Amino acid sequence: MRFGVVVFPGTWSDCDFHYVISEVLHQPVKYVWHRDRDLSGFDCVVLPGGFSYGDYLRAGAVAGRSPVVESLPDFVGRGGYVLGSCNGFQILCEARLLPGVLMRNECLQYRCQSTQLRVENLETPFTRGIRAGQILTMPISHGEGKYYADPDTLAALKRNRQVVFRYATAEGQATKAANPNGSLENIAGIVNEDGTVLGLMPHPERAAERAMGGTDGLLIFQSLLGTLVEDGSFLKR
Amino acid sequence: MTGSEPKATLGLARDLGLTADEYDRIIQRLGREPRYTELGLFAALWSEHCAYKHSRVFLARLPTHGPRVLQGPGENAGAIDIGDGWAVVFKMESHNHPSFIEPFQGAATGVGGILRDIFTMGARPIAILDSLRFGNPDEPRTRRLIEGVVSGISWYGNCFGCPTVGGEIVFAPEYSGNPLVNVMCVGLVRADRIFRGRADGVGNPVFYVGNKTGRDGIHGATMASATFDEHAEERRPTVQVGDPFTEKLLLEACLEAMASGAVVGIQDMGAAGLACCTSEMPARSGTGMEVELDRVPQRESEMTPYEILLSESQERMLLVAARGREAEVKAVFSKWELDAVEIGHVTAGGDLVVRSHGGVVARVPVEALTEAPSYDKTRTPPPWLDAARAFDPLTLPEPVDYDETLAALLGSPTIACKEWAFRQYDQQVGTNTLVLPGSDAAVLRVKGTTRALAVATDGNGRQVLLDPRRGAAMAVCEAARNVSCAGARPAGVTDCLNFGSPERPEILWQFAEAVEGIAEACRALDLPVVGGNVSLYNETSGTAILPTPIIGVVGVLEDASRLATQWFKGVGHRIALLGPDAVSLGGSEYLWMLHRIVRGTLAPLDLGVERRVQAAVQAAIGAELLLSAHDCSEGGVAVALAEACVTGPEPIGATLDLPDAARTDLTLFGEGPSRVIVSVDPIRAREFEALMAESDIPWQWIGTTGGERLRIRRRATTVVDADLRGLHQTWRRGFERHVA
Repeated sequence: MRFGVVVFPGTWSDCDFHYVISEVLHQPVKYVWHRDRDLSGFDCVVLPGGFSYGDYLRAGAVAGRSPVVESLPDFVGRGGYVLGSCNGFQILCEARLLPGVLMRNECLQYRCQSTQLRVENLETPFTRGIRAGQILTMPISHGEGKYYADPDTLAALKRNRQVVFRYATAEGQATKAANPNGSLENIAGIVNEDGTVLGLMPHPERAAERAMGGTDGLLIFQSLLGTLVEDGSFLKR
Repeated sequence: MTGSEPKATLGLARDLGLTADEYDRIIQRLGREPRYTELGLFAALWSEHCAYKHSRVFLARLPTHGPRVLQGPGENAGAIDIGDGWAVVFKMESHNHPSFIEPFQGAATGVGGILRDIFTMGARPIAILDSLRFGNPDEPRTRRLIEGVVSGISWYGNCFGCPTVGGEIVFAPEYSGNPLVNVMCVGLVRADRIFRGRADGVGNPVFYVGNKTGRDGIHGATMASATFDEHAEERRPTVQVGDPFTEKLLLEACLEAMASGAVVGIQDMGAAGLACCTSEMPARSGTGMEVELDRVPQRESEMTPYEILLSESQERMLLVAARGREAEVKAVFSKWELDAVEIGHVTAGGDLVVRSHGGVVARVPVEALTEAPSYDKTRTPPPWLDAARAFDPLTLPEPVDYDETLAALLGSPTIACKEWAFRQYDQQVGTNTLVLPGSDAAVLRVKGTTRALAVATDGNGRQVLLDPRRGAAMAVCEAARNVSCAGARPAGVTDCLNFGSPERPEILWQFAEAVEGIAEACRALDLPVVGGNVSLYNETSGTAILPTPIIGVVGVLEDASRLATQWFKGVGHRIALLGPDAVSLGGSEYLWMLHRIVRGTLAPLDLGVERRVQAAVQAAIGAELLLSAHDCSEGGVAVALAEACVTGPEPIGATLDLPDAARTDLTLFGEGPSRVIVSVDPIRAREFEALMAESDIPWQWIGTTGGERLRIRRRATTVVDADLRGLHQTWRRGFERHVA
């Protein structure tokens, strides 16, 4: 699977995604400059974490209107996958590729900590490899990760099973204490209606090696890679 | 323009912080009266902050060489070869004065400044550590300072994308009017690709790159070279304002320009801004420089030459490129949407010539600017010192309840959990952090190799107050021991020396003694000091801070998979105490917390034993014999044991018999160097014993892990029997309750 990792001015998880994709998953990967519009060489485009354009105005606001992001609807329409983590999730919301907004953390402070995620939909291309009931551990690192959507949007998200990850306890309870940023209904990640665009605040690339404390983040990539195996050799773990 | 400038006089020189004698020297050196702008250059370059006038004679005592040293002091940062073609670049700097006046921007620009020092060397920053000192935690002002400093560090480091992985937060009332914000940064570079602040090659173009110049930070260097009074906050306009996004762009643009081969030399515009770069760079190369100030990108109008030269606007560099490759440099910076303007060129002859509006506003030999006077002034031990040392803590009554005393120490804001601060810092960006904040040292892997780096900072002002030489030596030992406890071999030191006014003989004595102590310890441990910073005049209204040398140590782990953390890992493991029995309550956290006393003598320090203990710990971790290793520091062995019990993912109890000292409080809370608590799987106990025997160090088994309590016996009597959950809560809440 050919991956493109987008670099905006101020992006900093680009190298980390590149490393995991090339050194851990052994997949072809290239950086994509924010001014590029041609995404024809990729199967999956990653929007990494960081402070694109300094997050001036609002987090992701400027990047959400950049040439590369303007090319994403076409790319998705042609069957491409998009994975936005952290600032990437904020950008996808700003670009209206995903519904809702990400607001300042309820605690009004930056939060870098480990979180546990309950997986709400195992049928998406990003979650197919995850076992039912499996709780994933992944770190967050953001100041503006409080997900919000109006009641109609939230209802539609739930109806279409677009909520993919919720912050939860180790036992899978989506409690207030397990919610690190005040997100609506503990939402940590959502997909578009087709399930081909994933946005999440946690960092899967930081949970992709045992040395870094865990490998749950790899499951997202492995699910994605499995979707390209048409002969059924990709088995649910 | 020049005509409208004030005439330079002795009065003006004094206002700018120069002495009458220094003013005479300037006239002598120039052979004439200086012009106004020239006087400004001298005042900045000859400030204590830039010129180390009072400290240079002592700093010469520090060992700065070693087989692996690629760059010692005198550059933007030091560099050490770590093998496989890689070098680690690191340095620590203070931003104390700005952080007191404006905590958020002061701390933020402290981070920004040290990051630039690292990436001007061509290195990509991989870790930040912050060594912070604040006054009484119960004062509202302290809380405001902590919140401002922590959020400033968080804002700058997180946005830039460098993880903050360590440091300390320590409280003592002596820092109330003068908090310390010392920031260390560590970066990685290919050993043959290190860049330096040089202006080689007559005719080469000089580029101004990065942010535009404004009036912020003018006189920053001179502000940092004076003490504060009650009007300190009026100096807020001299604090710079940071922009971490621009810094991130500057990082990427600089590294890309360097990789192109078009860069000859580069230096950060830090203290004294353009003035400093345009004189230091040619001075290192034996050249001169001619610059045209009208070309300097400015974001305010009507700036005078004086203001442009001395502005400390952030996120700017001066870059000397190879003649003929100007277009490449401009293209890289334009890609990153940054200014890169040719403002002058390298000249022969050794003069700095500054032009503005068609005229020359300064023509000064660069050597005159960079060779400031050096003073070797009178120093005397403080008159109260002998009496303070003569105090015997064992004349005080013993506590009645040792469980309570242990909990009070574990929950004291200096010792308690600092998660409240660290969770505001990105600790993992770059995916190198193998050991997160919360152990003796942070560990970062070096991708593409089997190696890792361990980093730690340390410094104990109370110990240095009572015995500057031994206290400072102990700080070196402790920082190195922290790194050894992660399994790494300490490779190099950076230091940040925070003291009061050097114009007072007893402060200068403290300084000189402390430097001597650092030198002794570094020589004994084979540790070169490759860079650092001196911060003097840390006084408000005549009251100095505790003398506080902060030591940063970087160590190398040959095998990143063989590392240790400080907490116990499971039940039934044997616990050993390595190192000498000698401890003291003099200057201890216990004495301060229980009695509010800072007196007594420090425990003896045997540098040979220190070295062997550290070598033994490294060898044992390398042989995978240790499940944990934790240095004993503030609060003594009892606090170290409690930390080993409660700081891991799951609290684990322990039962111990401690070696006997004169009294229970001395046994439990006495502080002394060279002591490490380790835990060992019982099936490896024989191997461990054999290795310790070979290591020629004092050591003993003291107990076993397991259970729901921490039980400590002395002379076969239980002296501590504490519930683990309670200790854990106390430790978790002890710092946070002062800030949240």
